[in-house]
Amino acid sequence: MDDSPILVVKALEAGVADEDIDILKGVDLAIRPGEIHAVMGPNGSGKSTLAKVIAGHPEYEVTGGSVGLRGEDLLEMEPDERAQAGVFMAFQYPVEIPGVSIANFLRTALQSRLEDGEELDLFDFQELLMERMELLDMDVAFAQRPVNDGFSGGEKKRNEILQMAVLKPALAVMDETDSGLDIDALQVVARGVNTLRDEDPEMSVLLITHYQRILNHIVPDRVHVMVDGRIVESGGPEVALELEAQGYEEYRKAHAA
Amino acid sequence: MPSNEVIQGLGLDDYKFGFVTDSEPVFKTRPGLDEEVVRQISARKDEPEWMLKRRLKALRIYQAKPMPQWGGDLSELEETLSRTYFYSKPQEQMERSWDDVPENIKQTFERLGIPEAERKILAGVGAQYDSEMVYHSLKEEWESKGVIFDSIEDGLKNHPELFRKHFGTVIPAADNKFAALNSAVWSGGSFVYIPPGVQLETPLQAYFRVNQERLGQFERTLIIAGEGSRAHYIEGCTAPVYSTDSFHSGVIEIVVNRDAYFRYTTIQNWSNNMYNLVTQRALVQQGAHMEWLDGNLGSKLTMKYPSCYLMGEGAHGEILSIAYAGDGQHQDTGGKVIHVAPRTTSSIVSKSISKGTGRASYRGLCKVYDGASNARSNVECDALLINETSRTDTFPYIEIDEKSATVGHEATVSKVGDEQLFYLMSRGMDEAEAMALIVRGFIEPIAKELPLEYAVELNRLIELEMEGSVG
Ligand SMILES: Nc1ncnc2c1ncn2[C@@H]1O[C@H](COP(=O)(O)OP(=O)(O)O)[C@@H](O)[C@H]1O
Ligand SMILES: [Mg+2]
Repeated sequence: MDDSPILVVKALEAGVADEDIDILKGVDLAIRPGEIHAVMGPNGSGKSTLAKVIAGHPEYEVTGGSVGLRGEDLLEMEPDERAQAGVFMAFQYPVEIPGVSIANFLRTALQSRLEDGEELDLFDFQELLMERMELLDMDVAFAQRPVNDGFSGGEKKRNEILQMAVLKPALAVMDETDSGLDIDALQVVARGVNTLRDEDPEMSVLLITHYQRILNHIVPDRVHVMVDGRIVESGGPEVALELEAQGYEEYRKAHAA
Repeated sequence: MPSNEVIQGLGLDDYKFGFVTDSEPVFKTRPGLDEEVVRQISARKDEPEWMLKRRLKALRIYQAKPMPQWGGDLSELEETLSRTYFYSKPQEQMERSWDDVPENIKQTFERLGIPEAERKILAGVGAQYDSEMVYHSLKEEWESKGVIFDSIEDGLKNHPELFRKHFGTVIPAADNKFAALNSAVWSGGSFVYIPPGVQLETPLQAYFRVNQERLGQFERTLIIAGEGSRAHYIEGCTAPVYSTDSFHSGVIEIVVNRDAYFRYTTIQNWSNNMYNLVTQRALVQQGAHMEWLDGNLGSKLTMKYPSCYLMGEGAHGEILSIAYAGDGQHQDTGGKVIHVAPRTTSSIVSKSISKGTGRASYRGLCKVYDGASNARSNVECDALLINETSRTDTFPYIEIDEKSATVGHEATVSKVGDEQLFYLMSRGMDEAEAMALIVRGFIEPIAKELPLEYAVELNRLIELEMEGSVG
């Protein structure tokens, strides 16, 4: 197995484009194929910014450092090119697309991955979609609902996981997918992620979360603690447990000093 | 018509094919409009005296009425009209062969997925629908049920009494300047009669009509739906209509008799130089149900407000419209619902999209007369702006003289959001695909009412349009 990292983030600095706001102040991170890395940290520490910079959100401007995907400069690519290269971000706040059904949306997303002139086989697509929905305990009717339109918080998160399961990324960035889920929903999400990893052991996950809880179901290889735009500690799963016990105060103080 | 007229702008921004035709019409009036021109038109059509008189009277009304000062910019129209040939009868034979149609036009049709037979009609290659078989079996069905589906000229010739009884009763010449103009110079269009109680499963499609003249600039359609009948009429196509004319002014009159159901679907995509000023109106009798499904694309300026006059108790009128205003285009569209009788109900749903410097205006009237007790009406108009330069506005006119009426009006304006685009792009769609998906979602509530092949064409068209909208 090739052991070179799929994602390498180096001294990454980023802020809000057009505004003088620095958010990421030098982030380093390397994820090898098949690894799960958790990023934890208090609200406002820059976790979502990191996820969005990796996915290519135009609102953020990279002011220093680099992000590489399998040795390629990710920052040079458009968001759709990153998706085609295997990056998927499960949004913390998924966006509503009225009038577009989930099925149609996913069909278009898969079609966009094909060469010009190649047509997605609708029968295969239907089969894949049904199978993935079954895996995630979803009602068939769910695929006919307009994307995130009128969804509850939990439904939006499950929709993100469904998309991930259909699009089968090489690198999944999950931004607080566990927030607001009850324990049953959480287990479904975890089952989705774990099944995808069984199917593709090389799939890597960057799991952003507030709570240790989900890490009981999706076991991380590494846990990073992010405070004020920097990763202030990295370690094994035990870091998450310590964090759960003592909170972020310790890190904040240490960091401020 | 000058023999080498350049036809430009088939209505799609991103391919303007210059196109030259050498075909000479067999007969044409001189440019501009006067009594002599009207007499010539009537004589060519071999019309009865009463129709000539009607035409001449309409001409005087047209000449007396001032240009409308509302809606879109008509300041250049007077000049355009002075150059217009008000009647030109095309050659009887095919004007040109398919082989003569330039490759790029063929490619457009291909990209739009237009069926072969329709492509030929659109390209001006003959007017007969190729699927003779399909047409014949339908024609037999219609004939056996007593349905009349003719050209407007044949309607007048073959069914003079029925024709005269209804012609001009829904939209009199004096209704507005352009209705008067049409009443003076009309040519081409359909005459439809559905006998009482007859229910048609298959829509009446204008393509199938025999002896069709090229879609006229001054088309006139008269439809009479008998008591308790049920039918759907479809005209138009999302492909750009390729025409040398720069002015189109149609009149569509529909009588929906007691307890009948009638739907009129039209989608038109005019070339960018076109003024499109159409009057469409239905008289809806007791317990009857009328639906206008109206799609407007292309043109320089379209002013079109399909209307339902709810004359009988419990009558229902519905207007669903989609307007797409591309660069430099103005769509001034909407609808009118006039409640005359008790317990009449109506709904208008209007969706507009403006791209580039396009402007879409919603203009609607809801009038409830005194005595139309418990009338209910609901208007919803939504506008979607694609670019910073795109424009939309709303002119809802509400006149209510009946206390027990309930009228609702809701208007929204939205922009294609950066968050939406990013969300879709992060799933692998490029910007144009993402934009097209958002637009398609926006019009979905109306598009799902369209016949499938129209909906598919419309979707493809939106995709093509969006390709031209991103930098
Ligand atoms: N678009 C933006 N405009 C202004 N400030 C922003 C924007 N995005 C993020 N921020 C700020 O950057 C900081 C980090 O935000 P975020 O990455 O969302 O944190 P987290 O996901 O860790 O809660 C916060 O202080 C937030 O207010
Ligand atoms: Mg966040």
